[in-house]
Amino acid sequence: MSFFSWAWDWITESANWHGSGSIPQQILAHLGYSFLPLLIAALIAVPAGVVIGHTGRGAVFVVNVANAWRAIPTLGLLILLAVFLGFSFLTWLLPLVVLAIPPILVNAYEGIAGVDPDVKDAAKGMGMTPWQQVTRVEVPIALPLILVGLRTGAIFVVATATIAAYIGLGGLGRFIIDGLASNQYGPVAGGALLVVLLAVVVLALFALVSRLVVPAGLRGQAKLGRTE
Amino acid sequence: MMWSWIPQNWSQIWHLTWENLKLGVLPALYGLIISLPLGVVAARWRWIYPPVLTVVNVLYAIPSLALFIALIPAFGLTDTTVIIALTVFSLCIILPNVVEGLRGVPPSVRQAATAMGYGTLRRLVTVELPLAIPVIIAGLRVSVVSNISLASLGQLIGVSSLGYLFIDGLQRDFPTEIYVGLFFVIVLALVCDLILVAIRRVLTPWQPRRQRRLERRLPLRRVTA
Repeated sequence: MSFFSWAWDWITESANWHGSGSIPQQILAHLGYSFLPLLIAALIAVPAGVVIGHTGRGAVFVVNVANAWRAIPTLGLLILLAVFLGFSFLTWLLPLVVLAIPPILVNAYEGIAGVDPDVKDAAKGMGMTPWQQVTRVEVPIALPLILVGLRTGAIFVVATATIAAYIGLGGLGRFIIDGLASNQYGPVAGGALLVVLLAVVVLALFALVSRLVVPAGLRGQAKLGRTE
Repeated sequence: MMWSWIPQNWSQIWHLTWENLKLGVLPALYGLIISLPLGVVAARWRWIYPPVLTVVNVLYAIPSLALFIALIPAFGLTDTTVIIALTVFSLCIILPNVVEGLRGVPPSVRQAATAMGYGTLRRLVTVELPLAIPVIIAGLRVSVVSNISLASLGQLIGVSSLGYLFIDGLQRDFPTEIYVGLFFVIVLALVCDLILVAIRRVLTPWQPRRQRRLERRLPLRRVTA
């Protein structure tokens, strides 16, 4: 039997949709585990990326450290915190925040740093204060890229919240980890497929949001995914 | 921290590091090998690229653990499963960089090569690809570093990597083992990253050391995905 038939049989089994630890409950738990880390990472990384992109200070730091940062294995960090803090709030929150920071930071930085210098000069020449230059000109122009960063961060977090189950928490990873432990491929495949579907929903949601918030004049290039 | 544990288990640590290195580097190489022809095609026939990019974005959204699991029926609990899954992710990171790198070659350079009598293939191999190297290597760096870090998840389906030290450390409630695992994963990733930077410098001697202007000017949108 293939992955999909295992997954399908398990997902369509009605017993899996009711009671405690059912599919809908774990989806909600999964979203809960994903949203907060993403929000915190965004609150840290977007302003940091914007400031660094605007001032140009710390650019080398962003380019090199952000890549090295990805080397931190989420599972390792999670387990380390589990050993020291037990199953506390920070144990699952911190690794996911750490995970989501690099893509958000790098994209926000590249977006702002990549704004056409002529446009920046024009904004300055019109007498805008630095605050106005950033909020009215640079951020809107960088928005497609900032959203790409947030989208990547969101997908990382949704995908990786799965391993929170490894230290005994809920979410869709519960099915995967329990299934692996008891050698049942059904829940493992079903849980994995649900995580994929959730990630695709997040992807679609970001496509929709970027259509709504990106200024009309920038939409063409956002679609093509390029800045020249 | 129990320092004496490290020399006592040196051969095991070394073995796991080697496994982890294989699981991180091979997929990036395979990803590069697949990305180069695909990227050349996508850069040349532009209409191909947007749908390819959509496919890449969706593939990249698949959680690594889920992809390992999906491949188990076909490849079992083996290295192959992890390597194939990580190859898919590497492809997702490297392919857009190949395309952006090739597209970033200034038209004037391309025209000069044509005017000098270069055919399409010779221009591609001797002019366009070399100029795209910094952007391609930027993608390789991201993919190698994330692969090395993700390979430790392979341990959840029993494929040996430094992830073993995390899981064993948790089960035995022995933090030293977890520290060692974290340390070696990070150091391994950083060493590979530095090696790639060195390779780029060797391959692109025309680039000024301090400010790599071509790389700065190019849209790094995809580099960072």
